[in-house]
Amino acid sequence: MSDEKIWPSRRGFLTGSLAAGTALAAGTVRAATPDPLITTVQPWASELGEPVDAVPYGMPIRFESHVVRRNVEWLTESPYSSINFTPIHALEGTITPQGCAFERHHSGAIELSKSDYRLMVNGLVERPLVFTFEDLMRFPRHVMTAFCECAANGGMEWGGAQLQGCQFTQGMIHNMEYTGVWLRDILAEAGLKPEARWIFAEGHDASSNGRSMPLEKALDDVMVAFFANGEALRKEHGYPVRLVVPGWEGNMWVKWLRRIGVYDRAVESREETSKYTDLMKDGRARKWTWVMDAKSVITSPSPQAPIRHGPGPLVITGLAWSGHGRIARVDVSVDGGNSWAPARLSGDVKPKALTRFHYDMTWDGSEMLIMSRAIDETGYVQPTKAQLREIRGLNNVYHNNAIQVWWVRANGEVENVEIA
Amino acid sequence: MSRSREAALAALLACALALPAAGAERLGLGRPALPEEIAAWDVAVLPDGQGLRPGSGDVETGEQVFAEKCASCHGDFAEGRDQWPPLAGGMGTLTDRRPVKTIGSYWPYLSTVWDYIHRSMPFGAAQTLSVDEVYALTAFLLYSNGLVEDDFVLTHDNFTEIALPNAGGFYVDDRPQSEYPLFRGEPCMRDCRSEPARVVARAAELGVTPTDPDGRPAGTIPPILPARDAAAPAATETAAAEPATATAPEPAAETPPATAPDPELVAAGERVFRKCKACHQVGPDAANRTGPHLNQLFGRVAGSVEGFRYSRPMMQAGKDGLVWTPETLSEFLSRPRDFIKGTKMAFAGLRDADDIAAIIAYLQAH
Repeated sequence: MSDEKIWPSRRGFLTGSLAAGTALAAGTVRAATPDPLITTVQPWASELGEPVDAVPYGMPIRFESHVVRRNVEWLTESPYSSINFTPIHALEGTITPQGCAFERHHSGAIELSKSDYRLMVNGLVERPLVFTFEDLMRFPRHVMTAFCECAANGGMEWGGAQLQGCQFTQGMIHNMEYTGVWLRDILAEAGLKPEARWIFAEGHDASSNGRSMPLEKALDDVMVAFFANGEALRKEHGYPVRLVVPGWEGNMWVKWLRRIGVYDRAVESREETSKYTDLMKDGRARKWTWVMDAKSVITSPSPQAPIRHGPGPLVITGLAWSGHGRIARVDVSVDGGNSWAPARLSGDVKPKALTRFHYDMTWDGSEMLIMSRAIDETGYVQPTKAQLREIRGLNNVYHNNAIQVWWVRANGEVENVEIA
Repeated sequence: MSRSREAALAALLACALALPAAGAERLGLGRPALPEEIAAWDVAVLPDGQGLRPGSGDVETGEQVFAEKCASCHGDFAEGRDQWPPLAGGMGTLTDRRPVKTIGSYWPYLSTVWDYIHRSMPFGAAQTLSVDEVYALTAFLLYSNGLVEDDFVLTHDNFTEIALPNAGGFYVDDRPQSEYPLFRGEPCMRDCRSEPARVVARAAELGVTPTDPDGRPAGTIPPILPARDAAAPAATETAAAEPATATAPEPAAETPPATAPDPELVAAGERVFRKCKACHQVGPDAANRTGPHLNQLFGRVAGSVEGFRYSRPMMQAGKDGLVWTPETLSEFLSRPRDFIKGTKMAFAGLRDADDIAAIIAYLQAH
């Protein structure tokens, strides 16, 4: 027992990649007087806590009340056709809790019950069909983790550093473990006609947010999902049924899924022509830019997660992802991109899902320009904003997967900046 | 335009499709969709006219419908109001620093206009337009973009003859050719810069980020321990982390007014208010939007909320002594454009007296 008690301090003294001098600096804090939190009996050590069932469905403890989705009001005219941001600066691991996963609605989040739910499959099929929610639950079920990133994530940063916070610059993303059925199994029930080439997915809401996708993708890994992170989808994420389109832009992940139409061509709906097309510098626009390219961002430290502990050991952490598959490596630079070192990839590395990275260092208390660079299994290296602008110009709002730079000041405060 | 690339993609798809369509064994789930059901839900219209419903509409009718149902957000001439999208103009701006993407300047297909108006407009009252109204609105939008004359009539017969100016302005995603080869290869790890990096732009200087009461970016993680350094903000954990939820008492519940509205009616009113929410806000954070905020409405002189741009007739009604009471509001809501001719409220009104009573109860609660 006594051995076990002294073990942590001995380990702190003997190991670690810290240079000997700075290691001492970190360990020299001494208490002048005994800590009353230790020497006096605290109420929670004496009285009773809450009974079971105090909260039948638990919410985060009140000390975490800052960890919520947030909106940037000036971005949109109406909150019913708008977006908010996941507090990725305050989260760890890879799974995004549903309650703080970003929302994007085009005409508000609707309340649709399982009993009122219907899914229609029609168009170029042998048998146009209608499914109830119960029907969907009888198809073979699968589990898959996937990131969902809005095509406009980082879009406000395209013209220049604009928002002070990882949540606001990169928070149009979440990552959940879905349970559902393969779209290909549902399409097989209806039977595809030989001329079928595309599907068009629509929602039950007033916007319907219809999107076309090639049949190749629909038959590959697209899921009709009804559980996320082990429980029913939330209303704001499409309860009771949404589409999961791994690696492809969030707008295609149709919520409150109502109809799958099968076509021989793209429908060319509003969301795939006037929106979600990428205006290039010659005035023409790319369309069908579905895949989200490899990207990473340091989530902490960041403007909403300043360094408060002073010099010494510092954990830099962040997220990386690629719509093309797995993350192979993440490099971190603390000197504005002059030198780079690989970070640790922590936990599982799944394809088309968020990957957590950690980079452990000793901070000497001086200014740093910190940035991360993702490399995916295809060998694609996350570009800089300058590289993307050179090709696309300044009006290309969507698909900004450029490297994000944070300026760490000597006092630990962090700013969103652009560097040259 | 890259027809060849589209063709190549189509060919690729054709190859990829060989397997799954036929092979799988059916489970026998689902039931046949009836023709009436398909007609009700399959409303997609494609560039080749597929899915278009028979009908017609002229520019003049379109202008009237637009003024009544669309102009409050999109402007009288489809020029856009506030941050609502402009639908006309912007030709030749696509290479500008601030391009204006409208039906005339950017949208490739007219079918998209018809399809979207028909299925999703007006905002907050989707699927309330007749097929002929959709034709008329589409005709008006062509006119407001200078693409047809004022005597133009759009029908299902001449629909596919209309080509939008930017139809050739799109090409299929070419990142695999134009970008990926540039971004592959082992990246530099040491001495990658010829000179030290310097900061050239700071978001903090723009001041457009939402903030917490202490001035920090909203959602900043509160300190775990009291600050050691006097220069750092000295918020304590509990002060910064005090929850806004959980035990917060409802102020309204503490001092109920003498004639508190029936809670059930208020709840019903909240549901009816969904029809209004696209434009109006009530509650603690209510602000003027497309319509004025509706807090403490009763007793308010019509057209008097500061900072809201009313129609002239609404301001005049206030000057003439119109005050919002349950009685006047009830009359207004039953036929808004008769009660105040020229109001810019693009709402047809509530037919059901119970709905009006519920809305009034709901607004009384705010």
